[in-house]
Amino acid sequence: MPTAIAIETICRRNAADALHDKLFRGVLRVCALLVLAALLGAALSTLWGGREVLFGDGWHFLTSAQWNPVENRYGAWAPIYGTLVTSCIAILIAVPLSFGIALFLTEIAPLWLRTPVATAIELLAAIPSIIYGMWGLFVFVPFMANHIDPLLDSSLGRLPLVGALFRGPPLGLGLLTAGIVLAIMIVPFISSVMREVFQTVPARLKESAYALGSTTWEVVWDIILPYTRQAVIGGIFLGLGRALGETMAVTFVLGNAYDFSTSLLMPGTSISSSIANEFNEAVGLHRSALIALGFLLFVVTFVVLLIARWMLRSLKRKEGNA
Amino acid sequence: MFNFRKIALAVGVAAAGLSLHATAADVTGAGSSFVYPVLSKWSATFAEKTGNHVNYQSIGSGGGIAQIKADTVDFGASDKPLDAEELAKFGLGQFPSVIGGIVPAYNIDGVDSGKLVLDGKVLAGIFLGSITHWNDAAIARLNPGVKLPDAKITVVHRSDGSGTSFNFTNYLSKVSPEWKTKVGEGTAVRWPAGIGGKGNEGVAAYVKQVKNSIGYVEYAYALKNNIGYALMDNAAGKTVKPGNASFQAAAATADWAHAQDFNLIMTNAPGADAWPITATTWVIMVKQPKNAANSKVVLDFFKWSLENGQAQAQELDYVALPAALVKQIEAYWQAQFKH
Repeated sequence: MPTAIAIETICRRNAADALHDKLFRGVLRVCALLVLAALLGAALSTLWGGREVLFGDGWHFLTSAQWNPVENRYGAWAPIYGTLVTSCIAILIAVPLSFGIALFLTEIAPLWLRTPVATAIELLAAIPSIIYGMWGLFVFVPFMANHIDPLLDSSLGRLPLVGALFRGPPLGLGLLTAGIVLAIMIVPFISSVMREVFQTVPARLKESAYALGSTTWEVVWDIILPYTRQAVIGGIFLGLGRALGETMAVTFVLGNAYDFSTSLLMPGTSISSSIANEFNEAVGLHRSALIALGFLLFVVTFVVLLIARWMLRSLKRKEGNA
Repeated sequence: MFNFRKIALAVGVAAAGLSLHATAADVTGAGSSFVYPVLSKWSATFAEKTGNHVNYQSIGSGGGIAQIKADTVDFGASDKPLDAEELAKFGLGQFPSVIGGIVPAYNIDGVDSGKLVLDGKVLAGIFLGSITHWNDAAIARLNPGVKLPDAKITVVHRSDGSGTSFNFTNYLSKVSPEWKTKVGEGTAVRWPAGIGGKGNEGVAAYVKQVKNSIGYVEYAYALKNNIGYALMDNAAGKTVKPGNASFQAAAATADWAHAQDFNLIMTNAPGADAWPITATTWVIMVKQPKNAANSKVVLDFFKWSLENGQAQAQELDYVALPAALVKQIEAYWQAQFKH
C-alpha cells in the first residue's frame, strides 16, 4: 500500500511539474516574442510614418543636403554626414584610449589599483548624457574656442589637402567638439569590454612569451591582441552603436546647422539631434521627414549591431576550437 | 491572495474623488511654450480666487493646434495664428493673449548692452550671411562713434521649431525682399548661416559663449542672462529701445480693428515708438464646445487675466494687451463663442 501511494504521489507530482514546465516555457516564449514585436513595431512604424518622404520624393531624401521646412523639401544627407563623422571621430579617439586603459588595468597596474579604477570607469558609463552635454557646452566649448580651435587653424589648417578639415573660426562648437565629447562618453563601454576579454587570455600563453624574452609590448601585440581580436572589435562596435544614437550631448555641442562643410571645426547636425530639436513643432511633411530620419538611424544602428553580433559569434566558435 | 473587495472599494473611492474634482472645473490647455510662464502664474492666482484649475501643458504650438483640432483640450495656444479657412474648417476661434518682445542679442567685446543700433535691412543682411564682419560699412553707418571690431560675425539661431523664430523671420521677410525670396518665414526655416541653439536658453548660452556672435531671444531671456541687446530702427525710422513701452506701442498701433479673427502679425508695426519685433500668442478654442461649462471657465479665466493680470505679466517681462484690444476681444467672445 505505501508504495502505491508513493507512486501515485510521484505521478501527480510529475504531471504538475510538466504543467509548470509548460507554463514556464510559454511565459518565456511570450517574453522573447515581445522583444521581437517591439523591434518590428518600431521599424515598421517609423517606416510608415516616414513613407511620404522616403518614397514620395524618389532618392531626393537620401541624396540631397537641403533641409527646407519653408518649402517642404527635405534631404537627409547633412544629418547622416554629421552622424557618421562625429561617430568616426569618437571611435578614432576612444579606441586607442580604451585600449591603453584596458591594458594598463590587466597587465601593468598593481593589483590593489585594478578594481577601484575599473569600477570608476564603469561609473562613468552611468552618467546621464545631458550632463556630458552641459559639461561640453559650459566647460569644454570655451576651452576648444580659446585654445584648441585657433591652434588647429594656425597649424594643421595651413597644410594642403588635410588643411581643409581644420580651417574655420574658433567657435568651439562643431563636429570635432561633438566627436571628442562622444569619445569620452563611449570610452567606458569599450574599455570595460576590452578589460574583460584581456582577462580571458590564458596566463600560460603570456608567461611563455615572457619566458622567451618578449617585452610587454610584444606580448600585447603578438599574444593578447590576436587572442582577443574578435571580441575587441565587438566591443568597439557596441561603442559605435552608442555614438551613432547619442542625442542630447551632441545637440548641445554640435551647433545644429544644416550646413555642409568639409571643416571639422564648423557646426553640423546629426540624425538624432535633428529629431530632438524639431519634432515638437513639426507638422505634416516636416514630421514625416523627421520620422524617416528615425528610420534611417534605425537601419544604420541595426546594421552595426548585426556586424557586432556576427563577430562575437565567430569569436565563440574560435574559442570552441582552442 | 488579492483582496478584491478592498481593491474594488479603493477604485470606487478614487473614482468618487475624481468626479468630485471634476465638479470644481478642471480645464486643460496645451501649446506654445512662449506663454507658459505667465499662464501658470495667472492660473495659480485664478485657482485661489475661484477654485477652478487651469492646467496648461507647454508642448509647443504645433502640438497645441493639433490637440485643439482633435478637441482633446479646452484651449490651445499658438505663436502663429490660424487663417480664416482653417479656423472655419475645424469650427475654431482665436484671440491674442499676451505680448512679448524679441530682441537681437549680441556679444561684442567693448560694446555694452544697448549701445548697438540695427535696422531690419542690416539684421537681414547679417542673418543672410551677406554682412560678415562687425565693422561692415552698413553697421558702422548706423553706429557712429561706436568702435566695432574687425571680427567675423557668428550668427546664432534657434535649432528647434519655435514661435520666436516665426516672428523673427516674419519681420525679416517684411523688411528684406532678399530674405523673403531666399529664406521665407516659418517656425523652422533653412538658415543661410550660423549655428543653432535649442530654445531661448540655448541661443542665450551660445551668444554668451561665442565671441562676436549675434542671436535673437525673447526680451526676458536677454535680461535674465545679462546679454547685450541691440536697439532697432523701426518702421517709422525712429531708434527704439526694447521694453514694456515699446512693446505696448507696437500692440496699440497694429491694425487689429481690420484683422479678421485677430489674424495679424505685429512685427514691423507702424507706430513711432513701436518695437519692430513684437509677438503675441493666440489662444484657440472650439466655437461650439462639447463641454460648454469648461469652455465658460476658460473664457472666465482669460477675461480675468486680460483685465487683472497685467502686473503679474509685467513681473515676467511680458506686456499686457492694450485696453482697446481687450474690449475688442471681449466683443469677439460674445459674437463667436457659445457659452
